[in-house]
Amino acid sequence: MDIYGWIELVLYVVLLLALTKPMGLWLFKVLDPQGKTFLDPVFRPVEKGFYRLMGVDPQSEQDWKRYAFSLLAFSLVGGLLTYALLRLQHRLPLNPQAMGAVPDHLAFNTAISFTTNTNWQSYGGESTMSYLSQMLALAIHNFTSAAAGIAVAAALVRGIARSCSKTVGNFWVDLVRLHLYLLLPLALAFSVFLMSQGMIQNFKPYTTARTLDNGAVIQSIVQGPMASQVAIKMLGTNGGGYTNANAAHPYENPTPLSNFLQMLAIFLIPSGLTYYLGKMVKHQRHGWAVWGAMTVLFLAGVLVCWGAEVHGNPRLQAAGVVSSPGNMEGKEVRFGPFESALFATITTDASCGAVNAMHDSFTPLGGLVPMLNIQLGEVVFGGVGAGLYGMLVFVVLTVFLAGLMVGRTPEYLGKKIESYDIKVSVIAVMVLIFDILCFTAWAVSSKWGLAGLNNAGPHGFSEILYAFSSTTGNNGSAFAGLTANTPWYNTTLGLSMVFGRFLFIVPVLALAGSMAKKKLVPESAGSFPVSDLMFVVLLVGTILIVGALSFFPALSLGPIVEHFLMAESNLLF
Amino acid sequence: MNRLFSEFRASIVSTLLLAIVCCGAYPLAVYGIGRVFPAQADGSLLREGGHVIGSALIGQSFSGAGYFHSRPSAAGQGYDAANSSGTNLGPLSKKLIDDVTGRVADYRKENGLDNATPVPADAVTSSASGLDPHISPENARYQLRRVAAARGLTQGAVQAKIDANTEGRQFGLFGQPRVNVLLLNLELDGKR
Repeated sequence: MDIYGWIELVLYVVLLLALTKPMGLWLFKVLDPQGKTFLDPVFRPVEKGFYRLMGVDPQSEQDWKRYAFSLLAFSLVGGLLTYALLRLQHRLPLNPQAMGAVPDHLAFNTAISFTTNTNWQSYGGESTMSYLSQMLALAIHNFTSAAAGIAVAAALVRGIARSCSKTVGNFWVDLVRLHLYLLLPLALAFSVFLMSQGMIQNFKPYTTARTLDNGAVIQSIVQGPMASQVAIKMLGTNGGGYTNANAAHPYENPTPLSNFLQMLAIFLIPSGLTYYLGKMVKHQRHGWAVWGAMTVLFLAGVLVCWGAEVHGNPRLQAAGVVSSPGNMEGKEVRFGPFESALFATITTDASCGAVNAMHDSFTPLGGLVPMLNIQLGEVVFGGVGAGLYGMLVFVVLTVFLAGLMVGRTPEYLGKKIESYDIKVSVIAVMVLIFDILCFTAWAVSSKWGLAGLNNAGPHGFSEILYAFSSTTGNNGSAFAGLTANTPWYNTTLGLSMVFGRFLFIVPVLALAGSMAKKKLVPESAGSFPVSDLMFVVLLVGTILIVGALSFFPALSLGPIVEHFLMAESNLLF
Repeated sequence: MNRLFSEFRASIVSTLLLAIVCCGAYPLAVYGIGRVFPAQADGSLLREGGHVIGSALIGQSFSGAGYFHSRPSAAGQGYDAANSSGTNLGPLSKKLIDDVTGRVADYRKENGLDNATPVPADAVTSSASGLDPHISPENARYQLRRVAAARGLTQGAVQAKIDANTEGRQFGLFGQPRVNVLLLNLELDGKR
């Protein structure tokens, strides 16, 4: 754990902190249908054109059920479009490598995967997808699923902020404004930076190179419209790699600087959303308290993962490998153990899932951190929107528990938390837990589940547990040795993505509707303070207790036992 | 029924419009801007006598004694730049330990190291992408004697070329010090 790592980590947190307020203020304008920005001269007419063609009245608002229905209908249409495009890929243009049609179960899995902001990849990008599939069938969801996630968070925040309101906003207005004023401008600027670092953006067929050592050996080098896709993949916490190796690929993450800014891009919008929360509920310190709780969990994860990866694998050291700089299996020289551990933590704190190192080859405790991050609900900054609404569910539970402890009716920002609110919050949390554990149990006790393993022993169990955690949490990273491109896995993983996304969003929107209806009562001396250290400690405690109670037994069978086997035995698998 | 229709109309129309903007205009705009730095946007390709011999960003496989050797690769049959991949072997994988043990022995033999010398980690482990263009400076230093002997050069001359192709931390902070193997070997061949 060298000084460069510490400086970079501090710099990362400081920059994130500095960007939180500007991003939050920008979100505040974008998510206000009347909000004015300097982009209005360009995009206002486009925005109006969108509404006219869509038949949407931007002045009207929706109750939570209508809002949810719009989101579900929109997701269904996008998912079907992607399925169709993938199945017909071989007949469509922009396919210089003559990629064949994507098989039905893989197209099913992939369409769901991108629609749900998961970007789980049962395929290798550069060996499966045409340029059209990459930039249309897949990249459209990098935008739309990100906007949908932010929209849900905005609806929930409005619900909390409003008093005696029937509505929580208009999904279509949120959707269009988030694209035009937030995602597109950011992605455009970011993709230009990425190209400057060496990322490709072209429509050429793959390059044929005669290699230096032996000119008879031909190296076919991937090409295509990568920068435009990668920019939004990071900003929208999608994480689906253009290539199989994702952000470890030298084109997809050419320099340490591109790596640093890609990591910052993951947390940029989620962090800004905490400020948006504070501003909307007129309690800025509450927003910062939520930010603080997230940062505590973030730093804890980074330090454990970094420490484990630097400590390395004693079995390799026994085989004659230098112990410094640490575990290099599945890592790139330009990043090394620290930047790989930092990236792994960030990508799983958020529901991004891009990887710049192979999590499957991490040390047991190094790999435990990303897995646990996902299982805690990805509420540490989290996916764009998904992180905040997930965290707010935990906030409601925390306030409820605190109320139980002191024997008062729980109250959150002047709203009474009632039985209905707790029910929908618990449903949301339980869906994730059941989804992960039941599918994992099914897979490890089935032939189809064990058939895909790349590793045996506890690590094999981890591969399966990670897969269903990742898909349920809409993360998309993997212990990628698992061969998931089978009809059974594609179907079960696809279902777990649907459940994890929409069976979480619907209760969250129900919570938004319920909160909006409530009357705002002024805070009194008896109200539970939601901006001090006590609140942060209780919130972090609630997240850890729910996560630990749910997943400790499963984690014990995977990374934890593997850690002790590595340290205390000579067993290999 | 009317409501249902209006929701799906909005869904379909917005999907089409967003596709035009986000999947048509946007990537084309990025492509257009990319023409300002075509070398990067086209893949940082290296040419020699009219044909492409590789990319400055993508590693290649080297086996000749006179070349510096890249890291082990799990991309296809090795450095397949249309099939990036790591091994995804876990820390207690028997295959991983066997593979690394074999590579350690080979590395020591090739480079004239005794059996007590620990080997640089990057020299015997596979990268995440299978296309890692870099090795660590320590790894290059261990290979120096072999390359110099095979080419009949002094070690000082080869060391100078290693130094010239060593990248430090970006802005003195980001990333790890590293040597670009393809660029170094090109320079040894007098092709740069």
